[in-house]
This record gives sequence, C-alpha cells and structure tokens, in this order.
Amino acid sequence: MKEIMLNVNGNEHTLQVKPWATLLDVIREDIGLTGAKEGCGEGECGACTVIMDGVAVNACLILAVEANGKHITTIEGLADGEKLHPIQQAFVDIGGLQCGFCTPGMILSAKILLDKNQDPTDEEIRKGLEGNFCRCTGYTKIIQSIKAAAQMLKEGR
Amino acid sequence: MGIFYRRLPRFDYVVPKTLDEVLKALNKHKGAYRLLAGGTDLIPQLKKREIKEPEYVIDLKGISGLDTISYDGNGLKIGPLATITSIAQSPAVQEHYPILAQAALSMASPQVRNRGTFAGNICNAVPSADSIPSLITLSASVKIRSARKERIVPLEQFFIGPRITALKANEMVVEITVPQQRETSRGVYLKLSPRHSMDLAIVGVAVTGTCENGICKDIRIALGAVAPTPVRAPTAEAVLQGRQITSALVDEAARNAVTQCSPIDDHRASREYRCDMIYVLTRRALNQILLS
Ligand SMILES: Cc1cc2nc3c(=O)[nH]c(=O)nc-3n(C[C@H](O)[C@H](O)[C@H](O)COP(=O)(O)OP(=O)(O)OC[C@H]3O[C@@H](n4cnc5c(N)ncnc54)[C@H](O)[C@@H]3O)c2cc1C
Ligand code: FES
Ligand code: FES
Repeated sequence: MKEIMLNVNGNEHTLQVKPWATLLDVIREDIGLTGAKEGCGEGECGACTVIMDGVAVNACLILAVEANGKHITTIEGLADGEKLHPIQQAFVDIGGLQCGFCTPGMILSAKILLDKNQDPTDEEIRKGLEGNFCRCTGYTKIIQSIKAAAQMLKEGR
Repeated sequence: MGIFYRRLPRFDYVVPKTLDEVLKALNKHKGAYRLLAGGTDLIPQLKKREIKEPEYVIDLKGISGLDTISYDGNGLKIGPLATITSIAQSPAVQEHYPILAQAALSMASPQVRNRGTFAGNICNAVPSADSIPSLITLSASVKIRSARKERIVPLEQFFIGPRITALKANEMVVEITVPQQRETSRGVYLKLSPRHSMDLAIVGVAVTGTCENGICKDIRIALGAVAPTPVRAPTAEAVLQGRQITSALVDEAARNAVTQCSPIDDHRASREYRCDMIYVLTRRALNQILLS
C-alpha cells in the first residue's frame, strides 16, 4: 500500500491505496464519490472524466498514486449547495441528458471548454467534446445545453 | 474479443526523482519493468493483458524538467514528458513546425492529449502512431540513454516492427530532436480515419518540402498505418526532387508512394482501399505543399 494525498473538490484526503488502483477506483470506492462513471475503462468514452490540476483527464487511465498531491474536481464539486452550476442547470432545462451516464463527463468537458472560450461555435463544442461519448441523446441537445450555459454564464446567472 | 479486465495486474510503483535513478533501475530490473509517461497506451495494454505484466512500473513524472519544449536556432527539443496538448499549444511549434501541431491535434481527445506524450507515442511504436510520419519528414532523431552511454538514432531507423523499437532493455528516450528547417519549408499531415475524432489512422500521410520558382528543392514523404512500421517513400521523393513541379509529376509521385507500402487487410480497411487512399492523400498533400 502507498500513502497519497488528494484534494478532491476542496477537501483533503489522505489515503492508503494499492499501486495498481486507478484514480477512478479510488474516487468512487474509497472516497465514495460515484459521479464519475466507469464506461469503457480504456480512455475511449470519457464517462470517467475529472478535472485534475485544471485540465480534463480520464480517471480510468491514471493510477491513484500518479495523482498524489493533485487537485481534482469531480461533478460533485460543481454545484453550490443546492444551487446547480449553470452548465448543470442548462442540461436540466434543455434536456441535455437521457440516461445520464455520460453527463458528469460531458459537463466537466463543457466546463473546461467554456472556461477557455465564452462563446463557442457548434464546431468548437463538438471538438471540445471529442472525448465524451453519448449513446442516448444524439448530441444535439447537449450542444444546445452548452450554448444555453454559455449564455447564462455571460449574463452572470 | 480479447481479454479486458477492469482491474490492473499487480505491480510495484516507483517514482524516482532523477534520471540517474531511473537509468540505474532499468539496469537492475532488466525486462521486469515498464516506464510510465502519460499511461494512455500502457494502462489499456495492462488492462487487456496485452503485454507481460511488469514487476515495476517506473513513473517518469517525478523528475522535473522532462516536460520542456525548447527551440533555438538549431531546432526543436521535445522532452519525453511534454504532453501532446503542450506540443499543440507551443508557440515555437505553431510557428516553426505547424505540421507537428496538426499531427498532435489529430490524435485522440483532449483528455488523452492532456496526458499522452510524443515520446510514449514513438516508444509504443504502432504503425498508425500519428506523431511519427510528420517527425520523420522533419528528419527528427531520438536521444537514447542508458546508465552507461548516450546515443542518437534517426527516427527513421528507430522502428524495427510493429511495437518493436531499437531501444534495448536498459535504455530510454530522453529527447526528441527536430532540426531547423529551411525558411521556405512547409509541411502537412493528412490523416484518414472512419471517425473524425477518437480514431486511429487507416492511412496517415506527412509531407514536408520546399518549392521555389516551381522547382522542388526538397521533399520528404512519410506514410503511417500502411506497413509494419511508419515508412518513408524515397522513390516517390525521387520523382519530385529537383524537378519542375506539374500536376502530372505530383500524380506520378503519389502513384509511386503506393508501391512503398504493404498495408494489411483488416476490419478497419481493406488492403485495396488503403492503397487507393495512399494515392489520394499523397497527391492531396503534395498539391498543398508544392503547387498551391
Ligand atoms: C482513447 C485513446 C485514443 C487514442 N488515439 C490515438 C490517436 O488518434 N493517434 C495515436 O497515435 N495514438 C492514439 N492513442 C494512443 C496514445 O494515446 C498515444 O500513443 C500516446 O502518445 C502515448 O503516450 P503516453 O505518454 O501516454 O505513453 P505511455 O502509455 O506512458 O507509454 C507508452 C509506451 O512507451 C514506453 N515509454 C514511454 N516513455 C518512454 C521513454 N521516454 N523511453 C522509453 N520508453 C518509453 C512505455 O513504457 C510504454 O511501453 C490513443 C489512446 C487512447 C487511450
Ligand atoms: S471509463 Fe474512462 S474513458 Fe471510458
Ligand atoms: S445520456 Fe445516456 S449516454 Fe448520454
């Protein structure tokens, strides 16, 4: 076992982990945050997306020991108490989700995109979501949700 | 379907602080270790039990300074931990080697590019690796080090077969070196894959060259995913080198490029289709570099 420190959504965790445990395993099973999902386990689907030190990564491809000392944001870290983050609210309002399995990853990828680009085109949104698969929505509503979220963020809602 | 376990096999994880420690460890654990850069190839391969289970995974990320990208009058140096994202975003790459930024952005997804490295892409050495054709056309080389010595191998000679490189068990890549190009040199990487994103190339064509007053001064063509390793197409280059460029000549060179490959037939594309596409993409790339 190796001892690591993770800052997840602002909370410090000191954990004993197996060297071969993935960051996703530890977030879900040791820390108990089940927002990040395991879809493919091999980097293809993006359901496990988390933000690590400011960039989107696939938690299924990272060893927990590699994340020692890092700052991580999961979907659970976005809402402010009961108040959803504007991107979350837009997905609810517009219907940017059906089964919801891809949604945590989609929203975190969208957040990274909107942090850098306040007014993305459809094409830029598609490119930004390259690493996130959705099997339900056909993406149209997801793109609409992100456009609506961009608007809400600009208006400071 | 192959094997895929969600859990990784057991191994010990070490994260040395210096390159010397890594090189010593390579000597000591010959063959029983795996180096870890971004892990975007290694982790899936371990989950699929595609490679021998290592006793040690040696993470390079404890060593500072390996992620640098530096440029001076002699060329570009890419550290083994420079991520694909950082290469795509590097101002020096964008200005002097835009073909590398293009190749970088053709790969995978933002999440994978934020972790994966060019060094990992090269050392993993699959025929479809997207960074390789462009680097070959830029005459890149790799700096290889063991505890005892350092050597430099032109990238063109680094690949022995699918997933086999010139690296010995106690060696690692410490730098990718790209020489300075001619002022007027231009390059393009065209990747064909069934999906626009998140897909491997079924054909990749890189061309770097210079055309002055209609004469081809300098041309290098490299092809990915169409032979056991990425390959250069020297006879196709010879068709163009030093000649007055016309569309007929470009067409002849593109047809010649097809003869330089031995593509496989698989579920992703037939041999015949790959051959046709080598012709189409090579012609398109040459047109962009030499005729437009
Ligand atoms: C979903 C997905 C999509 C992908 N799409 C593409 C794509 O479109 N195009 C493409 O080309 N690739 C693609 N890849 C493959 C992969 O992301 C790239 O090959 C990447 O560049 C590997 O870099 P890495 O740092 O993650 O390598 P790692 O996995 O860390 O290492 C790869 C191999 O190289 C060895 N190694 C690493 N660094 C060194 C070194 N300095 N010296 C010696 N050996 C070393 C490792 O031991 C390992 O065997 C994809 C992967 C995934 C998961
Ligand atoms: S579970 Fe990580 S990308 Fe699919
Ligand atoms: S909502 Fe079901 S996978 Fe996207």
